[in-house]
Amino acid sequence: MLEVRGLYCERDERILFKDLSFSIAPGKALQIQGSNGSGKTTLLRILCGLNSDFSGEILWQETPVKQVRSEFCSDVFYLGHAPAINRTLSPTENLRWFSASQGKTGNIDISTALDELGLAGYDDVPCFMMSAGQQRRVSLARMKLTSARLWVMDEPFTALDKRGVSEVEQLLSDFVNAGGSLILTTHHPLQIACDIDVINLDSRAQESES
Amino acid sequence: MNTLTNKPASELGLLSVMGATIRREMLLAFRNPGDVINPLMFFVIAVTLFPLSVGTDENFLSAIAPGVIWVTALLAVMLSMDSLFRADFEDGNLEQLLMSPQPLYFLLLAKIFSHWLVACLPIILLAPVLASMLFMSPEGMLPLVLSLLLGTPVLTLLGGIGMALTVGLSRSGLLLAVLILPLYVPVLVFGTGVVQAAINGTAFSGLLALLAALFTLAVSLSPLAISAALKISIN
Repeated sequence: MLEVRGLYCERDERILFKDLSFSIAPGKALQIQGSNGSGKTTLLRILCGLNSDFSGEILWQETPVKQVRSEFCSDVFYLGHAPAINRTLSPTENLRWFSASQGKTGNIDISTALDELGLAGYDDVPCFMMSAGQQRRVSLARMKLTSARLWVMDEPFTALDKRGVSEVEQLLSDFVNAGGSLILTTHHPLQIACDIDVINLDSRAQESES
Repeated sequence: MNTLTNKPASELGLLSVMGATIRREMLLAFRNPGDVINPLMFFVIAVTLFPLSVGTDENFLSAIAPGVIWVTALLAVMLSMDSLFRADFEDGNLEQLLMSPQPLYFLLLAKIFSHWLVACLPIILLAPVLASMLFMSPEGMLPLVLSLLLGTPVLTLLGGIGMALTVGLSRSGLLLAVLILPLYVPVLVFGTGVVQAAINGTAFSGLLALLAALFTLAVSLSPLAISAALKISIN
């Protein structure tokens, strides 16, 4: 589905990665590992077209991403570092705009999505009154509303409690086993029951130095 | 789990997406009334300062009234621009906006239209009141409102470009002014020209048409510039 060829990126005269090539197929998960500052977030943002300081090719269904930007965007779900939750709006209001901006109404409606993420009863509470973990859950409720086939997630487990982590892991493995593709970064030992590849940016950096 | 095979329940049209964006922005304005009140208060206070400083001579005040109203409205619009993308940039919604499969052009147009409704419309509604406080002659009132109706959207759109370029910087206020004030000059010249012409009893439709041309140009081109600038800022 997504293929990356010869990706090269440097920041402040430090090479984050070079000659990075990989691809991801339906029903696969890919975990990007690396220490802080190794370029995980940068890599994910490059994949999503949010960062253009790189050289190399990114292909979506064998076509360069730039040429099929709108198809690409409707098939990719990006969950960034920032939760993308407006604190003055309630979860329902936040997610309603998300669904609309996807041009679709999801398969299940917003309150069901919130219930499944353990936020039953918080539908109309302004997000600034919620804890960081609850805000993260609101953000994650987008998973239930998107029909994208590739999920790109940057540290999805931040601020979640133990049960939250295992619930989200369950959602992720369900998604991948149903034929979705997942690219994620996390420092948390992943326990998802699916086919998972690992790219370690640290060991790649050491190889290129030696 | 069959998220992948299920057809989406309904494909929303472009108009309903724009509608959803406008509704969200209105809701935000309602929750943060400062976005509406601050530009308006600035407008009222700044205009009120003029009679206090230059004296209350009726002829003099009526002569400077169109300029005072227009310049103050322009500054008020510029001050209001900061809230346009700031919150979305900080909480990550701007990334989601740029990742949306919907045409960015129309999403931005909807966003800017909402900003205009919130920040500019109250100013336009209040302008005749303040103009009559400055003894502006009644013939100028309708042209003043018309010129503001055509001019303030241009100011908002141009301000949007400046804001999109500077949203990544923490203190962008002065830089924004330096960037966009030169672009505001034609709007100001034609805007005050319309009102002056009407007060002098000459035809003002030509100037109004020029303002309308600027409006059309800004509506059609600046969303493109804004989306390009946002992509740079988010990098």
